[in-house]
Amino acid sequence: MNQSDALIWEQHIPGGCHWSGIVRRGTTLRLVDVIGRANAAVLFFNQEEKLERYNMADTLKTQHTFRLTKGHACHSDMGRIFCCITEDTAGWHDTVCGMSDAESIRQKYGTARFEERRNEMFRNGLDGMLIELGKWGLGIRDVVSNINFFSKVTANSSGELAFHPGSSKAGDHVDLSFEMDTLMVLSTAPHPLDSSKTYQPGAVDLAAFVTPPSVIAVCTRIAENARALLNTRNLYACHGGAA
Amino acid sequence: MSKKQFVESRLDPETATVDEVCPAGEPWVRLLTEKQVFRIVDLGGNQAVDTLFYNASHAFERYSATDTIRRQKQLYLTTGSKLYSNFGNVMLSIVADTCGRHDTIGGACAAESNTVRYGLEKFPMHSCRDNFLHALAHEPVCEHLDMSKRDLPSNINFFMNVPVSEAGGLEFADGMSAPFKYVEMRAEMDVIVLISNCPQLNNPCNAYNPTPIRLLIWDDPEDMSFD
Ligand SMILES: [Zn+2]
Repeated sequence: MNQSDALIWEQHIPGGCHWSGIVRRGTTLRLVDVIGRANAAVLFFNQEEKLERYNMADTLKTQHTFRLTKGHACHSDMGRIFCCITEDTAGWHDTVCGMSDAESIRQKYGTARFEERRNEMFRNGLDGMLIELGKWGLGIRDVVSNINFFSKVTANSSGELAFHPGSSKAGDHVDLSFEMDTLMVLSTAPHPLDSSKTYQPGAVDLAAFVTPPSVIAVCTRIAENARALLNTRNLYACHGGAA
Repeated sequence: MSKKQFVESRLDPETATVDEVCPAGEPWVRLLTEKQVFRIVDLGGNQAVDTLFYNASHAFERYSATDTIRRQKQLYLTTGSKLYSNFGNVMLSIVADTCGRHDTIGGACAAESNTVRYGLEKFPMHSCRDNFLHALAHEPVCEHLDMSKRDLPSNINFFMNVPVSEAGGLEFADGMSAPFKYVEMRAEMDVIVLISNCPQLNNPCNAYNPTPIRLLIWDDPEDMSFD
């Protein structure tokens, strides 16, 4: 895409921090792994009706995949698409491992509270998510299985999981082209299976662009995605808006 | 815990305090108290039993697929698996299993996801989410806990085989279950069990033929084991 023409806004999210915001359909959000250690835990909600939310199971089974990458779409629990993954230089994003929480961070890395460390304190994925959800009137009931962008986790034939450190490199990025007006909630705390001995979460840069024409086509090669996209456009047609 | 663990139960159905059949395609709700043992029997073979668990006092503590997967670094459930809540508590432990593998990433079918997976014309077909919502609307225990669609996270599919490849593929494979295979678990806290006995007619893994399940509960099983 011609980024310089289409850039709408940018935001820097340091490692361990959290962010939320509305991303409109027609917008492509680029997530950049700034130094190569990022994990971007993400949940999506329909901005108008937040009971409609990201669904891990529907996303995986409709596309017969365990990993998310370019050509896949992020499905809601209502047969629709939040966004299509239209570019990806990292190649593998996890969606089954969930988020770190206060106890798991304390067990792995020890304690670093604000009193001693100020904003270098150890933050965790679940609490970051809950803080952001609270800003929109949401809470623990709305925390469902999330996506962990930039983190690769494989399963062998017995189902044993393995985390692959360094799967994403500095500058790797993933583009999310939104088809629904979406509340996106993000935490940059470490992946819960991160094998690093020290607490050193990587930063994520966000940059929003106007979605270039026909970029979605890479995802609608999957027939299931084409049907989910039709359902999504019908949602807005049904509301009297432009499809 | 990673390999399939076929373990038979020593409990005798004659001594169960609850012994019911849930017909194909219907919901089933029950309170399990701590230490009770709960068995699901696949009467017809390869029937997906979509199951959720909730803390019996407050439904915002509930079965969590991601906690269950990550805390055991294991994708499939069998004997020895613990079922974790979103608060990191063990809700139930699987104590016997004659099937060998159960799925926790495939989720439940819904009218809307049927249109995506099988065709837009499938929308009117009966689904697991219809069963869950029917139960939430009719079961006093669900109403008492103020439950709604908001409380429907990723569920377990007992008896379903959803193999994942190391390269990142995923498929719904032919089942490894068969008539009268069962899975049995001990409640580690008081839980509400919410089941949809899946009415899915589009998926070949049950031969397009949803079948009934048998549900048994034992009190105080230590006194009833044959040892
Ligand atoms: Zn179903």
